[in-house]
Amino acid sequence: MKETALRLSLIALRCSPFALRVSLIAILLAGTVMAQSKTTPAARPPAPVALDPAKQIAITGGKLLTITHGTIENGVIVIQNGKITAVGAAGSVKVPAGAQVIDAKGMTVYPGLIDSESHLGLTEIDAVKDTNDLVETSDEIMPHMHVADAFHAESELIPVSRYNGVTNAIVAPESKDTLPGQDSFIQLAGSDASQMLLVRDIAMPLNFTGKQRRNESFATASYPQTRMGMAAQMRQAFTDAQGYAQKWEDYNNKKKAAAKAGDAPPSPPSRDLKLEALLPYLEGKKPVIVKAEEPGDLETAYALAQEFKLRMILNGLTQSQGIFDKVASWKLPVIVGSIYDDPKAWERYDAVYKVPGELSKRGVKIAFASFDAHQVRNLPYAAGFAVAFGLPYDEAMKALTLYPAQIWGVDDQLGSLDVGKTANVVVANGDPLDVTTDVKHVFIQGREIPMVNRQTELRDRYQNKP
Amino acid sequence: MRANAFTQYPRTRGVSLPGCELGTMLNSWILPSGDSMNRNKVTARRGPRLLGYAILLAGCVSAAAQQPANYSATHSGKNEFVIKNAILLTTHGRIEHGSVYVKDGKIVAYGASVAAPATVTVIDAEGKYVTPGIIDPHSHMALDGDGNEATNPVVPQMMMKDAFDYNDKAIYRALAGGVTSSLLLHGSADMIGGQAVVIKTKYGLDRDQMIFPGAPQSIKFASGENPKRVFGDKKQLPSTRMGNFEVMREAFTQAKDYERSWNEYNEKVKKGDKTASAPKKDLKLEALVQVLQGKMLVQIHCYRSDEMLTEIAIANEFGYKIRAFHHALEAYKVPDFLAKDNIGIATFADWWGYKYEAWDAIPWNAVIAMRHGVKVAIKSDSDDYMRRLNQEAAKTMRYGGATEDEAMQMLTINPAWIMGIDDKTGSIDVGKDADLVLWSGYPLSSYGVPEKVWIDGDMYFDRGLPGLGMPQYQEGQ
Repeated sequence: MKETALRLSLIALRCSPFALRVSLIAILLAGTVMAQSKTTPAARPPAPVALDPAKQIAITGGKLLTITHGTIENGVIVIQNGKITAVGAAGSVKVPAGAQVIDAKGMTVYPGLIDSESHLGLTEIDAVKDTNDLVETSDEIMPHMHVADAFHAESELIPVSRYNGVTNAIVAPESKDTLPGQDSFIQLAGSDASQMLLVRDIAMPLNFTGKQRRNESFATASYPQTRMGMAAQMRQAFTDAQGYAQKWEDYNNKKKAAAKAGDAPPSPPSRDLKLEALLPYLEGKKPVIVKAEEPGDLETAYALAQEFKLRMILNGLTQSQGIFDKVASWKLPVIVGSIYDDPKAWERYDAVYKVPGELSKRGVKIAFASFDAHQVRNLPYAAGFAVAFGLPYDEAMKALTLYPAQIWGVDDQLGSLDVGKTANVVVANGDPLDVTTDVKHVFIQGREIPMVNRQTELRDRYQNKP
Repeated sequence: MRANAFTQYPRTRGVSLPGCELGTMLNSWILPSGDSMNRNKVTARRGPRLLGYAILLAGCVSAAAQQPANYSATHSGKNEFVIKNAILLTTHGRIEHGSVYVKDGKIVAYGASVAAPATVTVIDAEGKYVTPGIIDPHSHMALDGDGNEATNPVVPQMMMKDAFDYNDKAIYRALAGGVTSSLLLHGSADMIGGQAVVIKTKYGLDRDQMIFPGAPQSIKFASGENPKRVFGDKKQLPSTRMGNFEVMREAFTQAKDYERSWNEYNEKVKKGDKTASAPKKDLKLEALVQVLQGKMLVQIHCYRSDEMLTEIAIANEFGYKIRAFHHALEAYKVPDFLAKDNIGIATFADWWGYKYEAWDAIPWNAVIAMRHGVKVAIKSDSDDYMRRLNQEAAKTMRYGGATEDEAMQMLTINPAWIMGIDDKTGSIDVGKDADLVLWSGYPLSSYGVPEKVWIDGDMYFDRGLPGLGMPQYQEGQ
């Protein structure tokens, strides 16, 4: 994804003056044919801006898990203006005079963790309907839903999540629709949504697990009642979008010809936001995230995505062990899990726990996800548990950092302790994947995050109760 | 939120907003201070009354509030072995290079070395960890969706044992996670929902062989959002917390009337009145009378701290004891009230936010409550989490600084106490059931997983075996 608009937009955000930035965003994030042919209006809402430059910080004496170039015992990492400016062994890296020094002796220092599917900012309390903006179930084909429009930056869940070192996440709608809308990539700090939504509409889930059927009963069933219906409906939607694109192309050609001939311009086709939303995916500009668990579902969804030449990231696969060799041959990255899904009744207890290890063994690039909102903080523990069931430790760390950064096209900014990357850095008193490890410092864009959230406040209030 | 469909039903469906201000009502029953006199009066009154029940109800309460002990042999009696060279986490200290000697289904010796005949099988643990079996004091597995007889808010006559689906593979998965005993509870739709069953996770055996012999009878109560919603949605009582608790008072008041009518009948019979006619036997009220008699362990699903105080007040009013609050996510707000009445909690490590009454949950709850003297257990309430309860308990070491022993106790002896089986299992001690787990690595971490699990000295799980890893069970058996 090296050349993607996403990547460019990220760079643009950080490097260009405001005016240039806005115009770049307008071009890059609108992301449709129409934007390029200048017939569609409007980029998406305000562009993200960098947080205030932070003061110089040097984290010294810790064990650095750089991810890209091994472990450095007794390392030093220097942060300046929101970036990592130096990384190396003590002695080889100069601590700038006047820097705030964080003593990390006995600590582990690692890049901020990335959750490749969460619902952060879309829910507050599961059972309280008014606090939920998780998915629009009025129809199954909803590519024009944008989680960025619902993302609640002030959610109490975000400070709780970053408290354990998760600094970035994909926010996705719930998977009750086949095409529920478009994901955003966020960072878990910022004074408002515009600062936290790093990449809007980064990708689109394509869910094919069977849960998208509307088959509660014959009396209440509606289309699509079956997987056949799900596939047919989706195929129709992408076909319609192709037709829609053709209509605009025809129009543009006619307009051009009319201009040349000096004729009056033709009237444009009417816009359809739903179909328009599918175009960047049909053009391969952005990936669809194909979610399936069973082998049959996976193959159906994969074939459908191929039929329309969609760029794919796979998701789930917890019941597809039987076809992992084939999956590996597809050379696609996989957001794996949840590894806590039940195995089949006849399967061994650890059939799903082993999925990350089995994929990794076959050379598949994996990333972990919480698939949750309240439990985002527990993301690293799934990786730790996968290690207990065969995933190499280094791969587990990469699947929380570098690999998701690569999958989401932001690895020039995130995913490792390297000079020039955004300073999302975590300092903990032990192994990041272990349940007993306590996170002591979290830096996001070079700013130290106060280790305070609703839960610490309640703790302190009642612990000190007279 | 990860839970099975069954537990999700009461927990996450629908909308429920808190609609009552119980706190003010509460103050008239339990004052923050200076109320001990009142409480003592209640207790003093209760003493002779309970004695009265014991004498007078002999004629009407038939069932012993205990699981039968005579179903069948609880162990094969064939296994005699020593595990040596293990790191023993006994729940009361760690023994490096320790040994455990198992005979006739019991732990007969443990320590740095044990005296056993030379002929006994020796298992070299090679520096791996051995712990007591994990005890899950709140499970809804193996009930095949029959968790709630939600057609009436008070159904204490429901017996979980009657719904126990002993073939459920969830039992096997719990076993593979190191769980050796579970308390199977009804859901939380009803205020008083039924009598629980305690099992040992001997997957592959007959139903009756899985019932924990002699375990005391537990009964589950619930209050708060779930019963409010379930009955409120049907336009029935209770739809508020006011309704919740009035339904309970009503039920226990009826139980007392019932008890009195039997008392009067028995008195007449005793005096030789041949014309006395026995009152109609009512299984529902008899179950409640057993609660009043202290013959059942009362397990209460309860989230908010104010509800805990109300439940305590009702228990005092009617003279029964509460064994434990389950979920109890706000125990940290009122731990002294629980400690004072010796009420335990069975709680989550870090679940929160799935419903409004779980909004103030904090992961420090377990340790704060424990530091105030409350017996704390970590429970699953989930077919998922029961497979890795050790990791959940380990979180208490991070959130609040529980010691290794304390975290182990939350997994074993404390839940055993909540279920009333702590004299039989829940620690590595001489005379206890040989319910043991051998771990590949440190159990209080992300990485330790069970390699072998013994129950009553018989091995039920061995990770090293092919297939399901069950020495006594084959698929299709």
